[in-house]
Order: sequence, then C-alpha cells, then structure tokens
Amino acid sequence: MSEKSETIERLSVFKTYKLYVGGKFPRSESGRVYEVTDSKGKWLANAPQASRKDARDAVVAARKAFGGWAGATAYNRGQVLYRVAEMLEGRRGQFVREVAEAEGLSKAKAAAQVDAAVDRWVWYAGWTDKIAQVVGGGNPVAGPFFNLSSPEPTGVVTVLAPQESSFLGLVSVVAPVIATGNTAVVIASERAPLPALSLGEVLATSDLPGGVVNVLSGRTAEIAAPLAAHQDVNAIDLAGADEALAKELEVAAADNLKRVLRPQPVDDWSATPGLDRITAFLETKTVWHPTGSLGASGSSY
Amino acid sequence: MASAFEYAPAPESRAVVDIAPSYGLFIDGEFAEAAEGKVFKTVSPSTEEVLAEVAQAGEADVDRAVKAARKAFQKWSALPGAERAKYLFRIARIIQERSRELAVLETLDNGKPIRETRDADLPLVAAHFFYYAGWADKLGHAGFGTEPKPLGVAGQVIPWNFPLLMLAWKIAPALATGNTVVLKPAETTPLSALFFADVCRQAGLPRGVVNIVPGYGDAGAALVGHPDVNKVAFTGSTAVGKEIARTVAGTRKKLTLELGGKGANIVFDDAPIDQAVEGIVSGIFFNQGQVCCAGSRLLVQESVHDELLDSLKRRLGTLRLGDPLDKNTDIGAINSAEQLARITALAERGEAEGAERWSPACELPASGYWFAPTLFTNVSQAHTIARDEIFGPVLSVLTFRTPDEAVAKANNTPYGLSAGIWTEKGSRILAVANKLRAGVVWSNTFNKFDPTSPFGGYKESGFGREGGRHGLEAYLDV
Amino acid sequence: MYSRYARRYARLVTMPSTAPSPKRSAPLAQGGAPSHTLTDVTASDSTLRRFLHGLPGVDAVGLEARAASLGTRSIKTTSKAYAIDLAISMVDLTTLEGADTPGKVRALGAKAAHPDPTDRTTPTTAAVCVYPDMVAVAKEAVAGSGVKVASVATAFPAGRAALEVKLADVRDAVAAGADEIDMVIDRGAFLSGHYLKVHDEIVAVKEACGTSARLKVIFETGELSTYDNIRRASWLGMLAGADFIKTSTGKVAVNATPANTLLMLEAVRDFRAQTGVQIGVKPAGGIRTSKDAIKFLVLVNETAGEDWLDNHWFRFGASSLLNDLLMQRQKLATGRYSGPDYVTVD
Repeated sequence: MSEKSETIERLSVFKTYKLYVGGKFPRSESGRVYEVTDSKGKWLANAPQASRKDARDAVVAARKAFGGWAGATAYNRGQVLYRVAEMLEGRRGQFVREVAEAEGLSKAKAAAQVDAAVDRWVWYAGWTDKIAQVVGGGNPVAGPFFNLSSPEPTGVVTVLAPQESSFLGLVSVVAPVIATGNTAVVIASERAPLPALSLGEVLATSDLPGGVVNVLSGRTAEIAAPLAAHQDVNAIDLAGADEALAKELEVAAADNLKRVLRPQPVDDWSATPGLDRITAFLETKTVWHPTGSLGASGSSY
Repeated sequence: MASAFEYAPAPESRAVVDIAPSYGLFIDGEFAEAAEGKVFKTVSPSTEEVLAEVAQAGEADVDRAVKAARKAFQKWSALPGAERAKYLFRIARIIQERSRELAVLETLDNGKPIRETRDADLPLVAAHFFYYAGWADKLGHAGFGTEPKPLGVAGQVIPWNFPLLMLAWKIAPALATGNTVVLKPAETTPLSALFFADVCRQAGLPRGVVNIVPGYGDAGAALVGHPDVNKVAFTGSTAVGKEIARTVAGTRKKLTLELGGKGANIVFDDAPIDQAVEGIVSGIFFNQGQVCCAGSRLLVQESVHDELLDSLKRRLGTLRLGDPLDKNTDIGAINSAEQLARITALAERGEAEGAERWSPACELPASGYWFAPTLFTNVSQAHTIARDEIFGPVLSVLTFRTPDEAVAKANNTPYGLSAGIWTEKGSRILAVANKLRAGVVWSNTFNKFDPTSPFGGYKESGFGREGGRHGLEAYLDV
Repeated sequence: MYSRYARRYARLVTMPSTAPSPKRSAPLAQGGAPSHTLTDVTASDSTLRRFLHGLPGVDAVGLEARAASLGTRSIKTTSKAYAIDLAISMVDLTTLEGADTPGKVRALGAKAAHPDPTDRTTPTTAAVCVYPDMVAVAKEAVAGSGVKVASVATAFPAGRAALEVKLADVRDAVAAGADEIDMVIDRGAFLSGHYLKVHDEIVAVKEACGTSARLKVIFETGELSTYDNIRRASWLGMLAGADFIKTSTGKVAVNATPANTLLMLEAVRDFRAQTGVQIGVKPAGGIRTSKDAIKFLVLVNETAGEDWLDNHWFRFGASSLLNDLLMQRQKLATGRYSGPDYVTVD
C-alpha cells in the first residue's frame, strides 16, 4: 500500500516550439532561441529567435504561395479558413492554457479569448466569397462600355501581431489578410509568441497551403526592419509596433510604396471588427470592355 | 501628310480667353501676392510665349492657406450634405458654361491639342464635379458607415499633364465629403487652377474652402509636411511619391498616391487589328504620351508583329503635329523644356542600347517644345526604354509568343497602373485581365476615363483610388 | 497586313510580285474572271468560308469612335472649296422611283451635266443613276457631257429573282448603253452562309457587264447588320471582281454611315496592299449635307489615302446632297448664304 502512494509523478513532455515557414517547421537558421516566461516570470519555453534570413525565407515562401492562394476560388478559401476554425476548436484546451499563461488570465477569461478567436476565424471564413460584392461592382460609365471593379489581394503582407493580445489579437490581424487571397509573414508577439507558434501547427493541418501563413518569433524590431524594407513585400500591418518603430518601418516601407496599416489603439479585440482590416490589403482592379453597338443597322452614331 | 486634300488651318480663337498679365495666390477667397513677393512666369509650350506672371507660394503662404482652410472647415463640414452638393453642382454647370474658354486656356498653358481639351479634359472635369456633387448628401449609403466624417484639411499636389482634370479629381471628392482644400498646381501649368478660383467665386463658394497656391516643389513639400494638414493627395512621379510617403510616416495624415506607370498594351494575333492600331495610337500619343497610364509598352504576338507594325506606321503617318489650337492637330507640344530634355535623353538611350528607332516624316515647329511620335522596335525587357517611364510620345515595341509570356512580361515592372488587351476571344480577355497586376485594364479599348470608374495603381504606381464610390474613401475618416 | 491569312492560305495564295500602280485601273478581265491573285480562295465553298471567317474581327465601338473622331476634322477655306468641288464631281445623281418618267430623267441628266446654271465652272457630277428602262433616256440626256450613266440592276433593290432574270436585267441595261451597273447581292444567301453562291452570282453579273461597264456591288449593309459581315462582304465582293463596293440601295432604314464606309475603305486599302488591285467605294443613301460629304472625304483621305480622292474611285450615291453642295459652293464664292430658290429643283 505504502509503496503505491509513493509512485513517481509522470514527467511531462515539453514541446519544442519552432517557426512555421513554407508549411514546414524549421528552427531559426541562426540557431538562436530566447526564453519565454509567463506573466509571473516562470519559464515556459525557449522560442526560436528568428533572424533577417528567416524573414527572407518567409517572404520567398509567401510569394511562392501567393499565386495559388489568390487564384483559389473564394469558396475554397472560405472552406479552408473554416477548417482552421474546426482544428482550433479541437485544440481549445491547449490554446486556453497557452493564452492563460501568456497573458496572465484566469482559465475562464482565457477560454473566452480562445472562443472569440475561433469565432473570428468563422467570421472571416464567411467573408471570402462576399467581399467582392460589397466593395466591387459594375460602374455606370457614360459610354458604350462594360466596366467592372473587383477587389484583388495586394500580395505578400507582413503582419506585426499585437504585442498584448497573443491569440485573439493575432487571429484578428491574420485572418482578414489571408481571407482575400493575400499571403502573410507574421511576426508573433515578442513576449508571448507561443500561441502564435501553436497556431502554425493548426494551420499546417487545416488544408491551408504551405507558405500562405508564415510565423516568425523573436525580436519584433529586428525581424520587422528587413521586412519593411523588402522590395518583394507589398504591404505591412504595424499593429504590433510602438510609435517609434511604426514610424521607422513606415519610412522604410516607402521604398517600394508598401501599403501601410498604421497601429491603432484597440481596447477590446473581441468587439466585432469592421471591414477595415480586409480592405486595407485589397487593390481595386477596373476592367473595361466595349459593349458593342447593335451593329450597322442600329449603330448609335 | 502630303495630299491634294490639305486641311487648311482651323485655329480655335484665342480671344475666348482673357489672360491677365499677373495672378496672385488664391487664399481665403482672395487673390494675394506671395509673402516673399516672388513670382514666376508660365509660358505656352508651343511658342515659348510668356502667358502670365504668377505669384510663387512659399512656406508662409502655404501656412496661411492651411489656416484659411482650417478656419473654413468647421462651417463647411457642418453644412448639410445637400447644400454642399448644390455648390458642387453649381461648379459643374459653370465649368460647362465656360468650357470653351477653359479648353483654350488649358491648351495654351499645357500645349496639348484643343481637340483633347475640348473633347476629353473639359467634359470629364464637369462630369467629375457633377458626379461627386451627387454623393455629398448620400455618404451614409456609400458603405463607409452611416455617418462618415471628413478628415479636415486636404493638401493636394497635382501634375501638369491634365491640370484642370487632376484638380477636379482632387477637389470634387474632397469637397463632397466635407473637407476643405489647399491645392498646389504644377509650376508649368498654374493658370487653369487660378481660373477655377474664379469659378468658385461665381459659384459663391465660402471663402477658405478652396485655396490655390501655385509654386514649385518646395511649396508642395511645405504643404505635404504641414502639421495641420489631415490628408495628403498627390499625383505625379513615383520618386516624389516615395518622398511624400516618408514625410507623412509616423503622422495621422491619410495618404493617397497616383504615380507613374509603364503600361503594357498586349495585342494577340486574333485582335481586331484596325481598332487595335487606334488603341495603340491613343494609348501612347494621347496628350503626347504624357499620361501616367499610357500604353508605353506594346506587347505584340510575334505572329502578327510585322503586319501590325506596318499598319501602325502607316497610321502614324497620318498624325498631324503642330499648333495645339488648330482643331485638326493630333499631337501638340511637350509641356516644358525640362520634360523635352528627359524624353530626348531616354530616346537617345534607347538608340544607344540598340533598339531600332522610327518616326514618321514630321516637321517640327521652329519654336516651342516638340517631339515627333516615335517607335522603338527590337526592344527587350532589359532596355531602359522598356522599364523607365518616359512620359512622352515614345512607344517601345516588344514581342511575345504565348499568353503566359505576355502576362509575365506585362507584370515584369515595379509599376502597376494600366494595361490593355486586344483579342476577339472573350475568355482570353478575362483570363489575362485576371492575371495582370494593374489597377485599370482596358480590353479592346484604351485610355478611357469616367468619374464613376475607380482609377489607381498597384505596386509602385501608388495606392488609393480616385473616381467612383471608391474615391470617397480617401477623404473620409474610415 | 493580311499576310497571316495569306500564310494560312499559303498554298492557295500567290502574292503579287510587283508593287501596284495606284492610279491604274485594274484591267477588266475577260470572261468575268477576277484579275486579282487570290483566286484559289474561291476554289470551293469551304475555302471561301475559311478565308472570310479568318479576317480580323471588327470592334464596333472602336470603329464608330474612329469614324466619329475623323468627323471632327475642321475643313476651312481653300480646302473646303476643293472638297466641295470634289464631292460634286463624285455624285452619282440618283433617281430610283416607281414614278420615274423620261421627263424626270431628262431633267436629272441636265442637272448632272450643268449642276449650277449660274456658274459654268461647277464640275459635272460623276454619273446619273437610274433604273434599266431609263438608261437610254439618260444616255441621251447626258450625251457629250462626260457624265456617265449608271443603272441599278439584278432585281434592285431586293434582288429576289432568279439569276437568269437578274442577268437579263443587267444585259438590258448594258445594251441600252449603261456605263456602270449597280447590282445588289443576295443578302439571303450571304446571311445563310452561302458565300460561294453570292460570289458566283457577282462573277456572272460581272461577265454580263462585259468589258464596257464597271460593276458596283451593293451589300445593303443595313441588312447585313454586323460590321464583321460588312468586312466579309467587302472581301467577298472584291474577290468576285467588283470594281466598286457600295454600301446600300437607299431603300432601307440604315444606309451609308461613316462607320460602315470607314470599314469598307479599310477593306479596299488592305485589298490593294495584298493584291495590287484598286477597288472603288460608294456610300449611298442618307448623305444629304455638304458637311456630311466632307466628313466622308476625310474618311477617304485618312484611311484609303489620296489615291481614292477621285471620282474613278469614290462616289456618293445621293440626290438631295447635290443642291446642298451647290448652295455651299455659292456661299464660298459670294460670302452670302444661299437659299433653295437659287439652285434648281429637279
């Protein structure tokens, strides 16, 4: 009896957190990691500290994935995003624990964040095949022309995930970018990157083509600088940048006229988002074509 | 064109426009001299005749204009939309009434043919004001929330290629949405903007709502950098656009940029050839090619290259270059000596890099700034003339073998403003249009514009759209 | 410019080896055989069909926009005087009424020979155009003036008669002295795709014209309805040996328009570039004012070129146009606007 009560507690298996780039899970090419702690300073994991070369690789992966993802039908993108929500729901427990540890929240509050994040995926999954009808359409030009404006994805978007809201904030900035066919290079919250790195694992098992979302962890300023200046990145969301960094990155982004979404104060990530984060990374293409007159016997002039 | 049927000169009358010897800045409803007393001369590019002396705005003048606009903003933005609309409708109507005068003025100051100012610029200017007038009291239905708010003071810098039309593209949506504006016209073409000030006076527009500050790049920089400007809108070169983007970085200023281009005009072997030739001509020779969305790269399928070029050359032989005020002139003057030098240098570069240069027999007038319509064949993507925006009547002809190659070449540029597709096959049009990274795609037509149709670029051709419902967004706090 | 079609028909087509001499009329071929070098295209229904359907398409909006843009050319002073005299000299002064009488036709002939009795420097018109039974009267009326007599034939305007009847109609007119025959094509056959039937009929009529009469082939563009059809009909007519291609009869709702005439001018331009054979163009019906006529001349000048600015190669099928041209001519001479009482009613 007494021997039984002295059974050794099972030692848990730690997870080695890795980057998510091009559908694969590499360590940082630099070999660097940094220590991630919970809000009370307790060690949680060593996260990869991505370098500028990791950032470069992520852009290559995102560019490679762009044509296929942008060219997929909106219905298909919606299904894939919905599949992400399904996969998240299945890993709910894991994300609740990671969010609670990362943000110092109670189990209940962390659960509310995760639930809101899953619901947000569902919300954006539904937008993929509706946004074109809301922001595009025919234009009644004064002449014999059919004229149609359609939204198209901007291209490769660098996303600085919010620093505080490690998961709901993250999802709220990533989902709108990819819903319309952009591909993303995401820099996770510097202090709380683990939910973002785990999201990579979910995306990898959600039918999302590799490279559509690439997740980097590390020093935000260090990774963001080369991305803001990268000539093959089309846009940058500065949600996770402070004022000084945002200005510096916006200046760098001007070199190839990236679309820049400046950081805006967000009190409550669970509030219903508008369309701003979708439309910020859309281009409008307008195609003209003659309608043709009715032929010689009906010609207008 | 040597022919028994020479069209005798048919000049439009200069007498319909009365240009004063000097003009001031238009600030707070009044014309005023520049604080430092500086002036500059604006000349007619076709004759180099001085048309007028114009006050040259400096930093202090820009500041005064922004203050006037700020002061006017509160009342103007608080006006019911229906009232703002009526001001804009008035402006549209007055422009229609004075369109002959303004067309002649624009032709004199810019050098473009009267046929274009009369048939394209002025009708589009009036239409643009008329279109946005109607939006002023319907903003809650535009998809930007039920009560979208204006931004405040808009600082607007416009180019010289379509002086009055670019003014309309900037001012009409700004005023409709309740902003007030300070606009800097280009230093080579300030006159139509100053005449527009008079249109505002006739329309009874409250003082300070529109301020016009002619000047050089320093005035533009002062305007863009002014701390009390809430919105910056710029049309011009990509280099300046990037500078402006750096200037507004880290501020709350909303920015829209409409910049350069190197548009590909793609002709497939099943194109309606005669109309394609017209489209190519319109694409690169409209406004002497000084058009950001010009079809300056002709991509022609190899199987029709020779016959298309024969037709094109024959057609170029019928273009009439000369006095812009002559109603039969197709090609007018280049806007400035500086621009002419740039076009000349790039064309020489094209020759130096081995491309084959061709122009129709074409006599250039002795005075003024002129450049003959020019074709370059044997051009590859690696040539400077296939990559740099020339902004002149110079067409680079490249070839392709398959649609994939056409798309790849068309997209192989940092720009992304316009493109053209010529084919009789509907599915090919849709497939190619889908793959082109350009904000405006003209299929079986080219260089068509309409106030309801959003216009603007991908990539380094800028961001934001002008025209249509989309054009409102740039001036609303959304 | 049609070399790609030539390539497609490489085995069928022999390109001309010498440059065309623009002012030279195509020699009238014996026995109605066309004198161009594209004869193999018409070897069978299917080769003809493939050729016509291989012609480049026409974008209607672009075509009409180009025609409208040329219509804004402003023609002043000396050029206007030149254009008006040229236009007068190109008129086929026409009367095609059921109520035509020898008296009416004689009056028309007099008018053609001396359009403005007050000014003998006024050029004569190119021709008078009448029904076959009036050819003899017309011939007499214009005798010695240089004015030609054109006659519509082939069961004009519908063309709905047996070939033998049509040919008899033509022979009758030619026998009566007609210098020119204006035939109508079988639009029914054309629209149902029987291009070779249309072709062979033109060839037969051409043969009936013999060596003395030039043949104008009327497409009735208003009934062909599409620009693609007009381009195909133009090439079909030229392949079959037409000396002129002509828009319309004047008897349907839509006749000559700037756009369809521009399209036909492109066709004759391209045909000469490919075969060396020059063909004339005649817009007919609906051209009533000097302003309209001058617009058509601008189309000719800027599309086919000055080689066509001659009444051997371009005609106006019109009646009321002539008086407007005469009034404009008087205005240019005197500086005063003229009025209908100062030109003759016929």
